[in-house]
Amino acid sequence: MEPTASMTSSILSWTIFLPLAGVVVLAAMKNAQVRSVKIVGCTASVVTFAVSLFLWFGYDAAAGGFQFVERVAWISSLNISYHVGIDGLSLLLILLTTVLTPLALIGTWNSITNRVRDYTIMILVLEVAMVGVFAALDLFLFYVFWEAMLIPMVFIIGMWGGQDRVYAAVKFFLYTLVGSLLMLVAILALGYAASQMPGGQFTTNLLDLYAVGPRLASSIQLWMFLAFALSFAIKVPVFPLHTWLPDAHVQAPTAGSVLLAGVLLKMGTFGFMRYCLPLFPEAALRAMPYVATLAVISIVYGALVAMVQTDIKKLVAYSSVSHLGFVMLGIFSMTEEGMQGAMIQMVNHGLSTGALFLLVGMVYDRTHTRTIDDYGGLAKVMPVFAAAFLFISLSSIGLPGLNGFVGEFLVLLGAFRSTALHSTAYAAIAATGVILSAVYMLWMYQRVMLGPTRESGKYGGNYVFDIGRREIGVLVAIAVLVVWIGVYPASLLTKSAGTARNLIHMMDQMQRGQMPRYAESPIELLPGTAR
Amino acid sequence: MITFSDLSFAAPILALTVTVLLVMVAEAFRVGSSRFSFFLTLTGLTAAALIAGKGAGTRGAAFQDMVVVDGPTSVLTIIICGTGIVSTLLSRSYLELRGSHRSEFYMLVLFAVVGMILMASAGDLIIVFLGIELMSICLYVLAGFFRTRDVGNESALKYFLLGAFSTGFLLYGIALVYGTTGTTNLSLIGSAYAGVANQPLFLLGVGLLMVGLSFKVAAVPFHMWAPDVYEGAPTVVTGLMATGAKTAAFGAFAAVFLRTFDPAGSTTADVLALLAAASMVVGNIIAIAQTNLKRMLAYSSIAHAGYMLSGIAAGSVEGQNGVILYLAAYAATTLGAFGIVGWLERETGEGTSLEEYAGLSKHQPVIAALMALFMFSLTGIPPFAGFIGKYSVFLAAVRADMTWLAVVGVLTSAVSAYYYLRVVVMMYFREREGDVIRLPNFSIMLALAISAFFVVVLGVLPSIVLDIVAPGL
Repeated sequence: MEPTASMTSSILSWTIFLPLAGVVVLAAMKNAQVRSVKIVGCTASVVTFAVSLFLWFGYDAAAGGFQFVERVAWISSLNISYHVGIDGLSLLLILLTTVLTPLALIGTWNSITNRVRDYTIMILVLEVAMVGVFAALDLFLFYVFWEAMLIPMVFIIGMWGGQDRVYAAVKFFLYTLVGSLLMLVAILALGYAASQMPGGQFTTNLLDLYAVGPRLASSIQLWMFLAFALSFAIKVPVFPLHTWLPDAHVQAPTAGSVLLAGVLLKMGTFGFMRYCLPLFPEAALRAMPYVATLAVISIVYGALVAMVQTDIKKLVAYSSVSHLGFVMLGIFSMTEEGMQGAMIQMVNHGLSTGALFLLVGMVYDRTHTRTIDDYGGLAKVMPVFAAAFLFISLSSIGLPGLNGFVGEFLVLLGAFRSTALHSTAYAAIAATGVILSAVYMLWMYQRVMLGPTRESGKYGGNYVFDIGRREIGVLVAIAVLVVWIGVYPASLLTKSAGTARNLIHMMDQMQRGQMPRYAESPIELLPGTAR
Repeated sequence: MITFSDLSFAAPILALTVTVLLVMVAEAFRVGSSRFSFFLTLTGLTAAALIAGKGAGTRGAAFQDMVVVDGPTSVLTIIICGTGIVSTLLSRSYLELRGSHRSEFYMLVLFAVVGMILMASAGDLIIVFLGIELMSICLYVLAGFFRTRDVGNESALKYFLLGAFSTGFLLYGIALVYGTTGTTNLSLIGSAYAGVANQPLFLLGVGLLMVGLSFKVAAVPFHMWAPDVYEGAPTVVTGLMATGAKTAAFGAFAAVFLRTFDPAGSTTADVLALLAAASMVVGNIIAIAQTNLKRMLAYSSIAHAGYMLSGIAAGSVEGQNGVILYLAAYAATTLGAFGIVGWLERETGEGTSLEEYAGLSKHQPVIAALMALFMFSLTGIPPFAGFIGKYSVFLAAVRADMTWLAVVGVLTSAVSAYYYLRVVVMMYFREREGDVIRLPNFSIMLALAISAFFVVVLGVLPSIVLDIVAPGL
């Protein structure tokens, strides 16, 4: 085989594990070598981004399905293989990850001053886990990446976070761990179910399990769906499982918040689309009204709570609950528009909220306060910053022409036209979330940026100065993407169309009762029945 | 008649026995110092491990089926020798600092290891008993190795009394099984099993065997001795008790309950599952309340016995392989953790409380990172060894229609995350007043490196164990 061919065929693995090369180099360095450490960290993440571009340009949207598939036997006696591949959904989210990681590192170049090497290592390890989650096609592998992500994140929050970082880190760790552990049992039970099929054997291969899950008896499907959904819903987070999020977001350092909001939350919504729906379609249909209700509650509740926050970072954190509610509603509208909207909204939220956290971090680095009341008239002192803030706020609100509009519009359209939801009330109530988002964002903008400047000229006891070239560069990069998606969303939508259509097709079959079932008796899997 | 094949199958045991004799002779004639014994012990243990590793592909039995050699027992032998090696490496400076660096220590460790290997590779109930006695008597002495320390003496006495008590149960069980089947040979008992499986006396014997072995693995409700003994014994001995002795006891458990009886789906399996669940729940919940790390690890070892028992309760080949993989992962992780606890402990025996770990990452970043690694592995976070161990025993439980046991397992794992994470929080998120006085030396770092190496490698490539245990699967 030509070297080039093997390089292209393993391009996905390169994308996943390239940051580890940076980790190896960093491990040989010292915390005191601040500048070189930062350069190594940024280089590793930028190179990873460059490699991931091969995925973007190489993915054949017309062909659809999983591409760049690699499969190598790993733990043969447990029938586990290293199996990765991407479809349109994974592609978007992997690119989002590889874009946001270098931007987060560069955007917070001077924010971290202690143990810079350890910090950079953690960010790079986190990137490996995040990309791995989106690329895994084996449930064991997926679970490994999913859980491994906890370790760097808990250190990032706990070591470089704010005042209550220990509490936030522990809460984050335990909350997410509890959710995912039940998923582990469901994974095992699903593999076991596969071995009960005629001629089947125990497997954790997702593509094989796609044929197993839908054939399970309803009650079993529902249990497994719930086990998976709990884990994902905590990550999203869906009301009422969101309480870890404000703590983690507020306490995390800026880059941590950016990646947490930008990527980690998408792991939850991604999980619903990749695992919950296609593996357990019948259960998903049964759960649909409840999940959609929770999604709508998240939208409105998140927005209302965001409105009354006195801390800018907390406001942005709660706005995430609201925005992710849209994604959930889009997924569970079970329409192509809704699914497409959900996927593009994941990317949008990653960019907009990521940028908002960067902005909050930039101003916090200067003032050391996040309390809205400490601000006012900042636009006069930091005009460039204020302009960027306004632009990103508008994108987050969903101004037509910018990215946020496309996603929310498609989600609402999908929810409105959804026959499965049986009611337009979901869409109607969710639409208020759009208005509310304008209220809390613009009101916050007004209180922070407009009005008279502080008489002392100081904010939080510090003189402030406008953002510099490095910060502007990072924001411009995000702004370009924001406009690009807003003006030409088709470039993303064509990539993700296949995923949406597959899911819809599957759900349709399910609803019409055309799902291929295994004989008359779906697989029973209750304790004791097989004795 | 002893044949050459007997000797070759028993080679690891013989190698260790020769080593211990050499140590004794050297000590008697004052040829070498205790440092000499230290190196001799390491050499002997390494040789035994290598011999066991070399013969891992073969199957056979020695001394009229008294000792069985196959994939599982080879791996268990290697694990046990490994725990011996790491414990020895940790012991030297630990003992030197406390002025008790004497050759007797290494003799006792070697004898204990021989006993452990006998237990793990037993083909006969008599060998199970002999192995347990050889191991336990050495450990009783080791637990009280610091003669002048009260807690050590208390620990030794408690261990001795309760250990003797549990051996009584075991022996009675062996007698009853012998009475009903007419043999103590495990494979013959296995063939007679179907005929006697429902005889009350046989079941009583099985029950008593279960009680005796549960004492040795410290499963709830036979765990009462463990926390006090673990806390009072010298930390390096605690490490060996928690890993090597547990590996041996689980080896015996597997030999008796998986390879001899066929518990799948029987009442025996249900009882084992209950023991497993109780151990996981009680061990993990009580561990939360501990502020002494040594005691916390003691309760954690009770909980881990529960996880491993779920593999035994599954009553399948997978269960057995899962338990062995779990043992390898657990031994590497726990020994490493005890190594760090022993390193930080002061000469007086204090300094094992959680507060001592505050801010450790600033002063000893490498040690703190290793401790964090061990804690995450004990929690069962991938990609470390503890995870794959849990995965494989839960897999066995689910496939044996004991999904509830796996659910209990994961829920208690979540509980355990709280107290393991607390150590990480202490080391990384808290500040320290004053310096860490102790500096790690070479043999400790080597021991920790060996542990950490296996924690990572077993987590990423568990096949290195599984392929030996279950070739051709």
